[in-house]
Amino acid sequence: MSGLVMPPSDAEVLARRDEIVAALRAIVPGEGVISDDAEMRVYETDGLTAYRQVPFVVVLPETVDQVARVLRYCHDNGVKVVPRGAGTSLSGGALPLADGVLMSMMKFNRVLDIDFDNRVAVVQPGVTNLGITRAVEHRGFYYAPDPSSQIACSIGGNVAENAGGVHCLKYGLTTNNVLGVELVTIEGEVVRIGGRHLDAEGYDLLGLVVGSEGMLGVVTEVTVRLLKQPDTARAILIGFPTNDDAGTCVADVIGAGIIPGGMEMMDRPAIHAAEDFVHAGYPLDVEALLIVELDGPKAEVDHLLERVGAIAKANNAAHIRVSETEAERLSFWAGRKAAFPAVGRISPDYMCMDGTIPRKALPHVLTRMQEMAASYGLGVANVFHAGDGNLHPLILYDANIPGDLDKAEDFGADILKLCVEVGGVLTGEHGVGVEKRDLMGEMFNGVDMDHQIRVKCAFDAKQLLNPGKVFPTLNSCAELGRMHVHKGQMPFPDIPRF
Amino acid sequence: MTDRFKPTDEKDVEALVAYALAEKTPLELWSGGSKRSIGRPPQTEYGVDLSALSGINDYDPAELVLTAKAATPLAEIETLLEENNQMLAFEPADLGPLLGEEAGKGTLAGLYGTNFAGSRRLQAGAVRDHALGIRAVSGRGEIFKSGGRVMKNVTGYDLTKGLSGSWGTLAVLTELTFKTLPKPETATTLVVHGLTPETAAIAMAAAMGSSSEVSGAAHLPADVAGGFGVDGLGAGATVMRLEGFGPSVEARAGMLAEVLRPFGLAERLDAPTTATLWRAISCARPFAADTSLPLWRISVAPTDGPAVAAAVKAQAPGAKAIFDWAGGLVWLMLPGGDPMVEAVRGAVAEAGGGHATLIRADAGTRAAVPVFQPQPAALANLARRLKDQFDPAGILNPGRMGR
Repeated sequence: MSGLVMPPSDAEVLARRDEIVAALRAIVPGEGVISDDAEMRVYETDGLTAYRQVPFVVVLPETVDQVARVLRYCHDNGVKVVPRGAGTSLSGGALPLADGVLMSMMKFNRVLDIDFDNRVAVVQPGVTNLGITRAVEHRGFYYAPDPSSQIACSIGGNVAENAGGVHCLKYGLTTNNVLGVELVTIEGEVVRIGGRHLDAEGYDLLGLVVGSEGMLGVVTEVTVRLLKQPDTARAILIGFPTNDDAGTCVADVIGAGIIPGGMEMMDRPAIHAAEDFVHAGYPLDVEALLIVELDGPKAEVDHLLERVGAIAKANNAAHIRVSETEAERLSFWAGRKAAFPAVGRISPDYMCMDGTIPRKALPHVLTRMQEMAASYGLGVANVFHAGDGNLHPLILYDANIPGDLDKAEDFGADILKLCVEVGGVLTGEHGVGVEKRDLMGEMFNGVDMDHQIRVKCAFDAKQLLNPGKVFPTLNSCAELGRMHVHKGQMPFPDIPRF
Repeated sequence: MTDRFKPTDEKDVEALVAYALAEKTPLELWSGGSKRSIGRPPQTEYGVDLSALSGINDYDPAELVLTAKAATPLAEIETLLEENNQMLAFEPADLGPLLGEEAGKGTLAGLYGTNFAGSRRLQAGAVRDHALGIRAVSGRGEIFKSGGRVMKNVTGYDLTKGLSGSWGTLAVLTELTFKTLPKPETATTLVVHGLTPETAAIAMAAAMGSSSEVSGAAHLPADVAGGFGVDGLGAGATVMRLEGFGPSVEARAGMLAEVLRPFGLAERLDAPTTATLWRAISCARPFAADTSLPLWRISVAPTDGPAVAAAVKAQAPGAKAIFDWAGGLVWLMLPGGDPMVEAVRGAVAEAGGGHATLIRADAGTRAAVPVFQPQPAALANLARRLKDQFDPAGILNPGRMGR
């Protein structure tokens, strides 16, 4: 593990391990508690495999009551808890703690209700993202957010991370597609926020919970919005001689009032890696490739394909291909969707970054990234959600070469700093986790972060849920609670007063 | 008479909150003031008129993003967006006239602080879904920011959503960044006449469950249908809006008419009439005629809307309803002075849950009954703790939301 500092283990908790395991077994009987080191090893990491830690103990509750009782026990006994869904986080959101109970929610795997009239589904958190669509597609509905890991990732994890995907340009992220949750607090209280109606009453606690990376509570039920599948979807594949041309084309498409279902871009190294891997028929003599997918009624798709084609030509497109069949559309996507494993074939290791930038900064950022790659002596391939400016640079390195991982991490940090410098953000959809935790200061000052931590204090004053994630330092809630008030004269003589 | 302050910038606001903290004196906050009469009446010594925190800081049409000082009038923003053929897609509604205020007083902060979206909420999301970033001064007298100026951002907790709809009780907003979207090229409305609310809800569910991409679905019963400024709706109208590129709208109109055929022949309204109609629906215009009557804004599952209205009407025969959001948003106006709190909230609970806000009532009533939907104890506890974290001295709009 390179340089990552996690909260210090609580020696008292470590010493009480047998007693704690026994207490958990009393709540979750049978095979729901795993305490054997070898068996716990499958939980030692998530999608961010550079970091590993065997958990203190693993618990797999099956009922909301068990979740509540485990959390209440941990709260009363000062034991940390790390919630986990499918374990596909790319930012280390489910990285265990040596003194923390790892709570896997994967036994909560049922679709509870599908209400087509109100276009919602109520599901348990362990249901996979794609599992929701599978449950409703026979009536022509789907769940829109589609992270690349959608076959495996759970909706509970999607809520924790506010997962995105290709479709969120047009249909929004998880936060825009979740109507309600049932949440268990660390104190073991079960609360329901929102439901089948739009907009929860009172404070927008739902908005806070989505994307809180498992630090505010454990989600035990999710109500999601369903959408009707579009009648038609077709894609257009466009190759450009320069990144500038591709970037301008993206801006012009949006500028024309067209919000495609998806608009993805790949740079030269990514195009070559993908084409060598899946033979999608990508042109190899271009610097940048755009895949624009248009969905909706056939008349709309036909109309917009024509308009996007014209915009592409006006931006010096060297290759234009429109999918004529569903098979062809899927083949366009095959290369993009396989981009990560494809890059895995050309490099022993790679690190996937996730920043967002204003679209107009794209050519500048790509140029700077190549310059940085040269100075670090590492390769970089880029795939990204061009429509919303969400970059996924893949840094190529070899973990067997001493110092290469450190170099790759430094390079990644420099890329994210560059994103912030041009007006963007550290993470668009993967979450902060442990990966970007120590970069939070690039975007937020201490007061900004303290106000975020105050939300944590409202939900979890003892800071037992998933500590060590998101915030570089988790100031104690007692310290944050102090007020420094200065008595005296009215300090604002300049404010007009009536 | 309340003393009033008029800060001119964020530094002024910071100083003012610091003063209020030192003096332990609560503040009532407003910007345009169009929705000032919603919530429990303030009992504060000082009022803070934030309207001077106004002006658009940065608008980048190509990036679909606009940053403005919090109290920037909505009218100014909409004029600028119009020039660039863009819009705030959640469809801001001007609720001032419902509350006895003149039209056009709304501000960006007022929209964000209430999270009240218009008819397109159904398709495009609420105000909070379009907010990208904020700057604010918390009740601790500290300036902080959250979010950014890009569409996709999961960096840290989402305070930009967390503070939306908090009615000025957690922080004083000083700057807001919103996502803008291209205006649809054209629009049309399909009208089916003479349905009951129950049948209308079924028709709207069928429309929403089709791939015709409906961007507004409302039922306007006969006793209110004359009040929307559009002729020919008198017998009660179920209206559905389609927006987008010309060829697409034409194709979808044909598709939707087929879906609606079992419910009656659908008439078409042109684009200008569509614009007039939906502006009126978003702000429940017929209920602005008599501002002395109590008015509720109720959110339930769309298919539950008619049952909620019917249950209240059974106890108050003169009650009138407008159903927006495919039936899920019920504007319910009562015939007399009694807001019938138990009946309304009881009907919502009976129907399967949701929430009811008493948008309009005299000050005495608002002081006596919970204007906002009371929450179960565990949830109310979390909300109270959040308030304590952001405004530990209870100086920002105390009591307005009931806490």
